[in-house]
Amino acid sequence: MWRNRSLVQTLGLSESDVRVVLTRAQELKKMWLGWKGSEFPHASLKGRTVVNLFFESSTRTRSSFELAARRLGGDVLNFTAETSSVTKGETLFDTARNLEAMEPDLLVVRHASAGAPLQLSKMIKVPLINAGDGFHEHPTQAFLDVFTIEEHRGTVKGRHVLIVGDIAHSRVARSNIYLLKTLGARVSVCGPPSLMPPSIEKLGVSVFHDLRKALESADVVMMLRIQLERQNQMQFPSLGEYSKFWGLNAETIGSLKEKAIIMHPGPLNEGVEISQDVATGSYSVIMDQVRNGVIVRMALMDLMVGHD
Amino acid sequence: MTDRNFLLKNVNIINPAGTFSGTGELLVENGRIRAMDRPGKISKPSGFEEIDGKGAACVPGLVDIHVHFREPGFEYKETIATGSVAAAAGGFTSVACMANTNPVNDNPFVTQFIRAQAREHAVVNVYPIGALSVGLKGERLAEIGKMRDAGIVAVSDDGMPVMNSYLMRKALDYCKTFDLPIISHAEDANLVGQGVMHEGFHSCCLGLRGIPAESEEIMVARDIALARLTGGRVHFAHLSTRYALEHVRRAKSEGLKITCEVTPHHFTFRDEDVSSYDSHFKMAPPLRTEADILALHQALADGTIDCIATDHAPHAPRDKNVLFEFAANGVVGLETAWSAGLNLVENGTVSLERLVELLAVMPAKVIGVDGGILKENGKADFFLTDLSAVYTLTVDELRSKSKNSPFIGRTLKGKVVSTFVAGKLV
Repeated sequence: MWRNRSLVQTLGLSESDVRVVLTRAQELKKMWLGWKGSEFPHASLKGRTVVNLFFESSTRTRSSFELAARRLGGDVLNFTAETSSVTKGETLFDTARNLEAMEPDLLVVRHASAGAPLQLSKMIKVPLINAGDGFHEHPTQAFLDVFTIEEHRGTVKGRHVLIVGDIAHSRVARSNIYLLKTLGARVSVCGPPSLMPPSIEKLGVSVFHDLRKALESADVVMMLRIQLERQNQMQFPSLGEYSKFWGLNAETIGSLKEKAIIMHPGPLNEGVEISQDVATGSYSVIMDQVRNGVIVRMALMDLMVGHD
Repeated sequence: MTDRNFLLKNVNIINPAGTFSGTGELLVENGRIRAMDRPGKISKPSGFEEIDGKGAACVPGLVDIHVHFREPGFEYKETIATGSVAAAAGGFTSVACMANTNPVNDNPFVTQFIRAQAREHAVVNVYPIGALSVGLKGERLAEIGKMRDAGIVAVSDDGMPVMNSYLMRKALDYCKTFDLPIISHAEDANLVGQGVMHEGFHSCCLGLRGIPAESEEIMVARDIALARLTGGRVHFAHLSTRYALEHVRRAKSEGLKITCEVTPHHFTFRDEDVSSYDSHFKMAPPLRTEADILALHQALADGTIDCIATDHAPHAPRDKNVLFEFAANGVVGLETAWSAGLNLVENGTVSLERLVELLAVMPAKVIGVDGGILKENGKADFFLTDLSAVYTLTVDELRSKSKNSPFIGRTLKGKVVSTFVAGKLV
């Protein structure tokens, strides 16, 4: 049983909380793959309204949530408003209060500011799923990543997961670290020291700066998207130099274990953090992540607001 | 302000800078203290009222050398009138207000305006602090001499660190003529960058951009070097870090003219308190770590820190009740400083006398104004306080126009019962 009203962060979730979601996702995936009729039989969101409240543009994540709700028979309202530097949050709180008055059943919130979903969840009674907030968390991404890893490699317990890239500015990294550690995985991070958050080792992860060395023992390699603007913020010299030291390409994957898998939350900067051939090569499970993203989001919505 | 004549009996006088303290009574005439003595020793002249202190502590009026009263320009946050009421409610009888108003207090006309408003509407003594640079822009010196003549007691670009070392050097040189301290907001603005809280484990978990402790240390070290170079006088505002204090400690032993203050929120709260993205814990410099707080306590006890100042920074809900990274910096502090200070007494960090030094005696000295002492023929600026009262702070209790206090909901010790400015109950 899912015991929480909302899903704001993976930090603090218990192993059984996580297993409930993963098990539900497995069941739904089986149902989905076996289904051939006109209407998906598990219409647990029928009559329910899901509002996608996106204050930061994201076609992929929004589509994934939308598809998940629709497959379960739910109605979806998309509310997109790009954050500009002048919208300080009043707009967010005001919009949320207005939407709450319209009595939706679930809010899916993405915001460029860390903490926005947590603050919202304290203000309103509607259940909420965090679809990514600043550099804080992106819990559904971590769920779909773990689901994908277990599909390919069995339980994550004891597996070595290596996260590579701009850890400091990554909500995907944070959510994955918490979730993977809760399930007993060994987690390492790798990237230029200037893109490492302070005290990251206190989260119980090993820190590498040499990618080749880090790859040798990894069962799973998660590549993070590198933001172009970071090079203008003195975080590293150039994309070319970044790619040379921390990019995954035909040569660097030479140090990988045979059964290792390569993941990426997308969208990819091909030729920067990952080369095109590696992204589509035999190690890559990137398209499975996208497929499972819908399934895992179905599982969460089903558990949170679905009919019995 | 009408003066009152009265005999205040049955009080416990806490007066570390004066010659008389302990249980006794106090005769006030025309706004001045005429006599202080043991119980029953002063005969009440006819026509004088008798006030029973009921055993309360009688403390010299507190002096806050770091407040933002927002007038002119931001009267929706606070005015000189409302700010002064908050001050009195907290036991403060004198405050010095920072120059970041609109227009900025960088010329004698704004200084005169602030003093006129204070004369007209304030219930405590209000001293203006002048800007160091025109418009707080850090480009050229403001008319410090003219402002001194108009009544400023110190010079500061508080809120805007003076990044240009040459300008800081020249300001220190120039101020020597006028014997005004320069109050330094010591943060390296480049190192602060877009940071919104202390950089460390908690900023990492919260996904908020961090401000390293070194941003303060670097500027403290720079300003100490410039004080040595110029022989000028630097007072550091709101120090928050352990290593900055070590620099100050060394500079003092070297004999440089360095003083510094710390705020109640910096010695009470830590970066971990930001964990719910509550903007009542957002300020510049940010709340630091346990190790820093311990260092602050040590420095409060050993004299490295000269005074406690509140950095009373009122903000309206529209500036504060927004997403953490966009929320304005600062918290109100006038009404909770005394209780926060008593916590230090309670946990054995400082004595009650030392606390009064930190909140009254020393701040008056730093800006060179009357206060911090109860003495015969001295001004009757003092407050009565019930040291053992325990209460939970609610929003409604705050008299400041803005309610952005991190102490709301906390259990506090010590209530201010009444405050007298020049013998008048305010």
